[in-house]
Amino acid sequence: MSKRYLLALYNNFDEAEAVVRELRNADIKGFSAADDLVVKSPIEHPEVEEFLGDKPVKVQWFTLGGALTGGLLAFSLIAGSQASFYSQMKGGKPIVPIPPDLVLTYEMFILGGVYITVLGFLFCAGLPARRSPLYSAKVSEDQIGILVKADDGSVAILKDIFTKHKALEIQEEAGR
Amino acid sequence: MGKDIREDIAWAQINKDVLKSLESPRKLYWVILLVAIAMVGVAVGCEIYQYNVGLGVGNFDNPNVWGLYIATFIFWIGMSHSGTLLSAILHLMHADWRKPIYRFAEAMTTFSLMTAGLFVMVHLGRLWQVYYALPYPSERWVWPNFQSPLLWDAMAIFTYLSSSVLFLYIGSIPDLAICRDNIHQGWRKKLYTLLALGWEGTDRQWRNFRVTYLTIACFLIPLAVSVHSIVASDFAMSQQPGWHITSFPPYFVAGALYSGCAAIITLFIILRYVFRFEEYMTLPILKKTVRLTFAIAMVWTYLNCVEFAATWYSHDVAAKAVLIEKATGRFAPFFWGMIFCGSVLPFVMMVKKWQTNIPVMFAVSLLLNLGMWLERWMIVAPTFSHGYYPWTWDEHMWPSMVQWGIVFGSFGWFTLLFMVFCKIVPSVSMYEVKEMVYHRSLALKKEEQAVKEELAVKGAN
Repeated sequence: MSKRYLLALYNNFDEAEAVVRELRNADIKGFSAADDLVVKSPIEHPEVEEFLGDKPVKVQWFTLGGALTGGLLAFSLIAGSQASFYSQMKGGKPIVPIPPDLVLTYEMFILGGVYITVLGFLFCAGLPARRSPLYSAKVSEDQIGILVKADDGSVAILKDIFTKHKALEIQEEAGR
Repeated sequence: MGKDIREDIAWAQINKDVLKSLESPRKLYWVILLVAIAMVGVAVGCEIYQYNVGLGVGNFDNPNVWGLYIATFIFWIGMSHSGTLLSAILHLMHADWRKPIYRFAEAMTTFSLMTAGLFVMVHLGRLWQVYYALPYPSERWVWPNFQSPLLWDAMAIFTYLSSSVLFLYIGSIPDLAICRDNIHQGWRKKLYTLLALGWEGTDRQWRNFRVTYLTIACFLIPLAVSVHSIVASDFAMSQQPGWHITSFPPYFVAGALYSGCAAIITLFIILRYVFRFEEYMTLPILKKTVRLTFAIAMVWTYLNCVEFAATWYSHDVAAKAVLIEKATGRFAPFFWGMIFCGSVLPFVMMVKKWQTNIPVMFAVSLLLNLGMWLERWMIVAPTFSHGYYPWTWDEHMWPSMVQWGIVFGSFGWFTLLFMVFCKIVPSVSMYEVKEMVYHRSLALKKEEQAVKEELAVKGAN
């Protein structure tokens, strides 16, 4: 059965939360709250995450990987370049002096951490992205959008739920 | 103290007010821009002359090999710490009053670092030799000295600049999406569409955004401290009299935060007027910034005293002589000017009615930064002109108009970049101001509800 997208706009988070709760509890054909429900909001709102349920963020793993890679890369480069002078007289000084090398290692640790965190963010947040099938500029202003994907046959049920909770506007479009 | 921001301000109104700043600023904006361009013109002229004739036209000689360029370089690096303080440190401390003003502070960080970077090139004289400071081997496979603070400096500044740009950009994405949705034609529409990366404010995007922003903030704080500590190491790790002081890194970091905060006050006042941001850059927020600046001024004053005491009681005759020379010699007016502007003038900020007096705070913030610039000059110049060997003493060296012209122009360069940025990217973070308004209105409602319940209980009794 072909899929349809529906976007309902709400005035506040309370109404949006009520809709999400009802959608999660409802048994709608071709609709899964975990995969087919997206909440769009103009601000970062921790309560949205609460009522949507626990969805882990994995950006930190990118951060860890980036920072460690940056630090190790820096130390290897510096130590490697210093070690290439092993045959030169050092007057008793170490060939690879650890304390001063740690400064650049530290800088590269941060550089790698920041760069890869940004890449991780883009990857995890799905950016850059094409516009989703339904989008309203009102979502970046002052309204909360609930975007759902469901079978054609379930559209009427979804619209009923949206209307019951005072949707300001409902947009509909055929899925891809 | 009044409210930082009105709780009843509509979200759509926030968009409208901030987007208006991208379209029609007051005429003063264009005046500032023209003056800035003229100042850059002066600097470009001086630099072309210096490039063609040589560094001698700046009156550099032996022993005065570092002058205003390095002093101004440190000044601009210091200025950059304001963005980190307001964005990262106050973000981690959940001080939400920073929200209307952190974006321009972050922009300040980026543009002051870009300005500082230029001084490295200008100071080199032979611009093409900048590669000596990069981790890149020569044709004899000789690498730069990785134990040199000058190399650390290049790497630290590159890391700080690129991280600050990313921090500024990532934090602006939701606002760039607002611009994309509200500006309907022209190159701006294309630019915002490109930069917004298709942001739609989905729960997935916000969740990852929050963690990313917080993570970069956590990286930026130690990075900012390390950058200015490394700049301090350029001096402290040498054997020059007056520089070889253990307290230099924290002293530099405190000075950086201080000048950054003072610059925030200056730009706060300018942007508030030029872009009609009276509703967002409110007097209570100015008051908090002023108090923060005063606190940092006192830390800087304390560290200054530590530096003087360490020199005075260290039995280092040459360092002590430099200190005496600063206080009594030809640098005395500048030295005491620094003390006055940096340590005495901040006490004006203790007077409550002046904390929100715009003309007074504008003048004070400019003078504080003058003091902080003098501080950097007083670190660099006296040590060279009064070194270890009396036969190298040079009491008569004075920076030429070429040096002054380039330093003067750097302020125009910074202003030009900053003002152009504020005309293209919203200088007030719309989504964060909405969050601030939302959370404060919720708190207010709860408070009103509690009062009502209390009154009801009293009535029942």
